Amino acid sequence: MTSATLHSDATRRQADAWRRQTSLRRFYTALGVGLLLVAMGATMWFADEANAGHFFDRLPHILDFLSWLVPKDWNDVWRALFDIASPSDKGTQEFNFPLGRVYVWGGFYIPEYFELMLTTVNVALVSTFIGFVFAVPFSFIAARNLTPNPVLRLVVKRFMELLRAFPEIVIAGLFAAIVSIGPVAAIIAIGLHSIGALGKLFYEINENIDMRPEEGLRAVGANWFERVRFADLPQVLPNFMSYTLLRIEINVRISTIMGAVGGGGIGEELKLSISRGFGAKTLALVLLLFVTIFLVDQFSAWLRRKLVGEQAFLMSA
Amino acid sequence: MTADELSAIEERHPQIFQRPVYKRFWPVLLIAGTVLYLGYALWFFSLPQVLRESHWERLPLFLSQWISYDLQPEFRLDQPEITPKYPRFSALGENPNPDWVIKNPDGTYTVRIDGDAKSVTFDKTRATITANGVTVPISLTGGKPVVTGPVPDWVTVHDDETVAKMGFAGEVRVTVDRVKVRKRFLGWANFVFDTRSPFFGKPAGEVISLIVSGPELQPGTSNLALAAGNIWNNAQWQHGDVWTKLLQTVVMAFLGTLLGGIVAFPLAFFAARNITPSGLLSQVLKRFFDFMRSVDMLIWALFFTRAFGPGPLAGSAAIFFTEIGTLGKTYSEALENIDDKPREGVLSTGANGILVQRYGVLPEVVPVFISQTLYQWESNTRGATIIGAVGAGGIGLKLWEAMRTNSNWANVFYMVLLTLLVVFIFDNISNFLRRRLSRTLHDYNRLQAERG
Repeated sequence: MTSATLHSDATRRQADAWRRQTSLRRFYTALGVGLLLVAMGATMWFADEANAGHFFDRLPHILDFLSWLVPKDWNDVWRALFDIASPSDKGTQEFNFPLGRVYVWGGFYIPEYFELMLTTVNVALVSTFIGFVFAVPFSFIAARNLTPNPVLRLVVKRFMELLRAFPEIVIAGLFAAIVSIGPVAAIIAIGLHSIGALGKLFYEINENIDMRPEEGLRAVGANWFERVRFADLPQVLPNFMSYTLLRIEINVRISTIMGAVGGGGIGEELKLSISRGFGAKTLALVLLLFVTIFLVDQFSAWLRRKLVGEQAFLMSA
Repeated sequence: MTADELSAIEERHPQIFQRPVYKRFWPVLLIAGTVLYLGYALWFFSLPQVLRESHWERLPLFLSQWISYDLQPEFRLDQPEITPKYPRFSALGENPNPDWVIKNPDGTYTVRIDGDAKSVTFDKTRATITANGVTVPISLTGGKPVVTGPVPDWVTVHDDETVAKMGFAGEVRVTVDRVKVRKRFLGWANFVFDTRSPFFGKPAGEVISLIVSGPELQPGTSNLALAAGNIWNNAQWQHGDVWTKLLQTVVMAFLGTLLGGIVAFPLAFFAARNITPSGLLSQVLKRFFDFMRSVDMLIWALFFTRAFGPGPLAGSAAIFFTEIGTLGKTYSEALENIDDKPREGVLSTGANGILVQRYGVLPEVVPVFISQTLYQWESNTRGATIIGAVGAGGIGLKLWEAMRTNSNWANVFYMVLLTLLVVFIFDNISNFLRRRLSRTLHDYNRLQAERG
């Protein structure tokens, strides 16, 4: 649009006003982006300064670092995964695959890494279950429309906030000293965190329900438990399940990390194997972990789609 | 209601009263399955055994150590003269002379553990412990400590040692040749100045007047700089190191999420089904996002720690790589959910590909993009604490190391409080920004609705 096409004063004034407005907005956008770029540059410099190795010093060696990962014999990856004896075995830890076998029944064994993966997944499942069991009642107490008492509501909400924000690693460390280091401490830590995380999502769902069934039950004299059970629960259960499934996905990841800091399971083995530079073992572990997380994600996505339809894929987590 | 009416209702709504068996019983099946699984988990983790062998009595002890510290003076009785000895590096500094250890005129010592109500008085021949309104005399002359008189339940008599537990306040251990006292104080010891600092042990008023107008304690350095340096380098609390590590955690989350967003942004357009020039490219990119997400943050963290060495660079890179997947996925899903009409409008004016995206698509998705990025930033601030523990920089490793010794719980609590504070602040910043955004989103939707 050039000024030649503007005929009347009114149109020109309008165009000027529009131009002023957009130029101001553009200025703010440019300012925001500029600040963000400065912050990014500063933080990059800071991260690089504080790191043991520096980015540009290490960059040419990235591929050297990958070279140990490539095994001499690619079949060793499968052998490591399924604990089959390898011809490369010279009595070192790098290739002692059959040692890890967990015998279940006679000659039938579960390969070590599958057993460890099972531990990690079980930690995630049990802790999600703990989270779900406690989060459901808490979420009813924390919801404004279901619990009229503001003090009770506030206490439960703050408690869940604390559980959510408390670093899991500290809870894990505390309980490692009490119930001994291992998966049980990880379950307690992830479980407590899940109570807070799920509780928050759940009570927000509770606050958005349709209150008419609740009023109907109130009219026929139902008590609090009956109202929650027959008016609220049927409305929210699919969403609760959907969020719980999402939590399982997240907890599998957290439980892997917990493993690396002493929580048992596959994380620990992966950390050892990478720090010692065992190529075949590392690849086997990464492959197993990748496939498991991928399958858990896909299964959970499929189930969520069945439960609540496409909205399961809008913002959540 | 008569039977006829009942069956009439039943006939009118067959889908409610005659549902297939699996639909009617799925809650029961689900519960049964869960119970079975829990039984299996109980066995798998050998939970009964683990719980039986756990030390729950340690929990209150550890928790009390979060907010308190103790001093452990020891009195040797086999020396010519009884003198209190404090462990090296005790919280009292080099010349401890606390007012709760009293040398009486008759040569005996009194240690007041909780005022006069809980105390111990002793010389080389006998000790008298007072607590809970009871006085317990112990004779030390017979080669081993002997309690003369009845033994209350808070005193335990071992073969060569008598232990009196006084709850939170502390305990007294008496043998023939020494008396060991543990006195517990609420609070954090030497939180501001450690024992090596020239400001140590001075009341706050004196420190302030020294800083404002006192003579230079260390020639050539102003007192303010000296005090700040002493606080920053406090040996016990390591304020400087803790705050630097905390900043690293924040930086890791910020940098990783931001870079992830920058890389995911253009890729998402090629991955979105309705915008991509080629269906194959869309599929490839979507699988790539899945791959980046499924290779866990832990794996990335371990790899980058090996590649770049431990530090925040490794942590940022790990979050960056995971975030390409997560943000790429959410961005492309947001793009697939847009309203196509603005895009068609811009297209009909003859605009080229980039202009169509800029004016037909971006205004609709940018608020959603920013909101999702902020959400990830928030959750990564929490996540960065954990991956730090494997060496990827930040406060995680420091926390983990402080916990491993089981003796430094006050430091752990200090770092936890700081972490909670940081998480709280960033939650609020991100919530505030998102609320602002959702208002613009809301206005946008309202305008759309008004226009019809």
